[in-house]
Amino acid sequence: MHPGTVSNGANGSPRARDPLAVDGGVDAVQVARSVVAAHRTDRGALLPILHGIQSALGCVPTEVVPVVAAELNLSRADVHGVVSFYSDFRREPAGRTVVALCRAEACQSVGADALAEDVEARLGVETGATRDDGAVTLNGVFCLGNCALGPAALVDGRLLGRVTADRVEALVRAAEVPA
Amino acid sequence: MSRTLHVPRDSAARSVGADDVAAAIVAAVAGRDDVALVRNGSRGLLWLEPLVEVSVDGGPRVAFGPVTPDDVASLLAAGLLDSDPAGVPNPLTEHPLHLGPTESIEWLASQNRLTFRRVGVVDPLSADEYLATGGMAGLRRALGMSPADVVAEVTASGLRGRGGAGFPAGVKWKTVAEAPADPASGDLKFICCNADEGDSGTFADRMMLEGDPFSTIEGMAIAAHAVGAREGYVYIRSEYPDAVATLTSAVEIAYARGWLGEDVLGAGLHFDLFVRVGAGAYICGEETSMLESLEGKRAVVRAKPPLPALEGLFGRPTVVNNLLTLATVPAVMSGGAQAYADLGVGRSRGTQVFQIAGNVARGGIVETAFGVTLGELVEGWGGGTASGRPVRAVQVGGPLGAYLPPSRFDLPMDYEAFAAAKAMVGHGGVVVFDDSVDMAKMARFAMHFCAEESCGKCTPCRIGAVRGVETIDRIRAGVDREANLALLDDLCTLMVDGSLCAMGGLTPMPVRSAVEHWPDDFHREPVDVTIDRHRPGGREPVGPQPRYVAASAASAQHSTPEEVAP
Repeated sequence: MHPGTVSNGANGSPRARDPLAVDGGVDAVQVARSVVAAHRTDRGALLPILHGIQSALGCVPTEVVPVVAAELNLSRADVHGVVSFYSDFRREPAGRTVVALCRAEACQSVGADALAEDVEARLGVETGATRDDGAVTLNGVFCLGNCALGPAALVDGRLLGRVTADRVEALVRAAEVPA
Repeated sequence: MSRTLHVPRDSAARSVGADDVAAAIVAAVAGRDDVALVRNGSRGLLWLEPLVEVSVDGGPRVAFGPVTPDDVASLLAAGLLDSDPAGVPNPLTEHPLHLGPTESIEWLASQNRLTFRRVGVVDPLSADEYLATGGMAGLRRALGMSPADVVAEVTASGLRGRGGAGFPAGVKWKTVAEAPADPASGDLKFICCNADEGDSGTFADRMMLEGDPFSTIEGMAIAAHAVGAREGYVYIRSEYPDAVATLTSAVEIAYARGWLGEDVLGAGLHFDLFVRVGAGAYICGEETSMLESLEGKRAVVRAKPPLPALEGLFGRPTVVNNLLTLATVPAVMSGGAQAYADLGVGRSRGTQVFQIAGNVARGGIVETAFGVTLGELVEGWGGGTASGRPVRAVQVGGPLGAYLPPSRFDLPMDYEAFAAAKAMVGHGGVVVFDDSVDMAKMARFAMHFCAEESCGKCTPCRIGAVRGVETIDRIRAGVDREANLALLDDLCTLMVDGSLCAMGGLTPMPVRSAVEHWPDDFHREPVDVTIDRHRPGGREPVGPQPRYVAASAASAQHSTPEEVAP
């Protein structure tokens, strides 16, 4: 393995996370320590570390902040400041399906605002929130790079083009059916 | 007879079903060793995706599209795996989705693909195909030259930064090359590739990474040789998971091939490359905040000077270039500076990768020499709107770029001509809107976006954008319209003059262009507006939200604000 190893982006489904973490009971502090150890030789490793922790635990829990700070010889305020600056990092796990609708200009030009309203109504959740039953998190994002095939959405890390509320609803429902 | 089918693996093609098309084809070719399926990048004719190509015995590739998964059966029945796609008329050539030889499709044939010459053509992760299509020729030539000569060659080509600012790449490299390194730190210098492509309407970095990742790696190695750097970082936004995965695989292959590492191409260059992923912050596209993010910090912009070229990543001399700039460098080095400089107009040399997006009939990648007009892009290649309604506005250069009306379609795509028209080419994104767009709403969105994505360091951007949203809300509600329009203009002046970086400094550009070209949209029938006291980071609103009840149209010009409790 060359040194350019990369951690997952933050849009992946929580389903794709490390199987060790799925059943709960995983020691978040232990996970944080092992992620930090894996990035020991990286320069400025805090973002890769936070991505790694979120990929393993589904979020960056408050209790790992002092651990990461101590391991990297940073203040807790430094780490908290970074976690809170970037919109990808969550304090609590997302819903079982994560839907991100593009709200930027190119998608607005083909009806993204109306689509978002429709999706909010059908899924019963507001943008930026997780439904009470934990089934789905709905986020708004600014641009998914699919600007000629809008409106665009990212559902559990999968990019969709010319998306309709029907399609989003169907994918969320399908994800809830036990395999 | 051997037959090769190409089905793109680009995420835009996959977003409209390319994986299902590929799966259906794989099922049909099971057991046949005379048919190969290649997953290429996208040719960039995005309205035709998924675009399936067929070639027989290495002959010209013939295109079919847009092929939905449901179309595969009829293509197979017409002889997709057996008939001659380019020969005498047969059911396959008569198929309704038959587009003829790909290279002869006028939309593509009329372009000048240089940076994108391999995208959509090759298997992006085939190192052999990269070499067979001229890959590594630029790096080999560069490694045979002195670093100073490489810098001189890039300077002579006229290549300018493709991130938006258009700063000459060679000049930047020269600064880094001549910057004193610190022997105590091992003479560290860095190459940083900005692939934080956050502008709406742009997707060239993503398609480049997904379609031809080795070009970026090669370009960065050339830059490393030119300036004496040992480490490079590619910063990709997290919204591009497929690009991250493709580049990560390509980097591993490049190490295995000796294109990266301790002895690049056996020429003694030591260059290591790292892939880093952003975390959902638009501001990281600004070079100094990207450096902060790479250092593991909040992505707060730095004041300049010092220039990143002198004090960049971890305080060391650093080349920060956009991905398209670096991916173009191999072509400049292999073809020679003069060939590149022969393209383009004025001080905008070479080609630009334009991205046509939004409400457009034929969206995608148009790479052509600078100097093409905006109208040629929107109405020629773009074919007007997808909705079939008249084009009303076009935003060029991303969320911080100006909105232009069809009356400015004569503008040549050229850094200086756009600047003179109070607009910018930016990263080459062109977003089309039809006549249903409300430009006051788009102006409001520009301010809202700035408020949402400001790093918070400087006051004109952090507070000004919030006040901008509120002021436009008042205008739309019909409250003291003329006074508030004057206030908005003052605010724009302040943001332009007082902001640290382009985020606050350029947000007024779309706002002012909307007011200038579509004044009627700011004098429409007043709408009820709940002032959206901005809630950064999704926090709960503080206090009651003021609500403006629309003043009557007749009194809109001189009404006093009527603020009521929600």
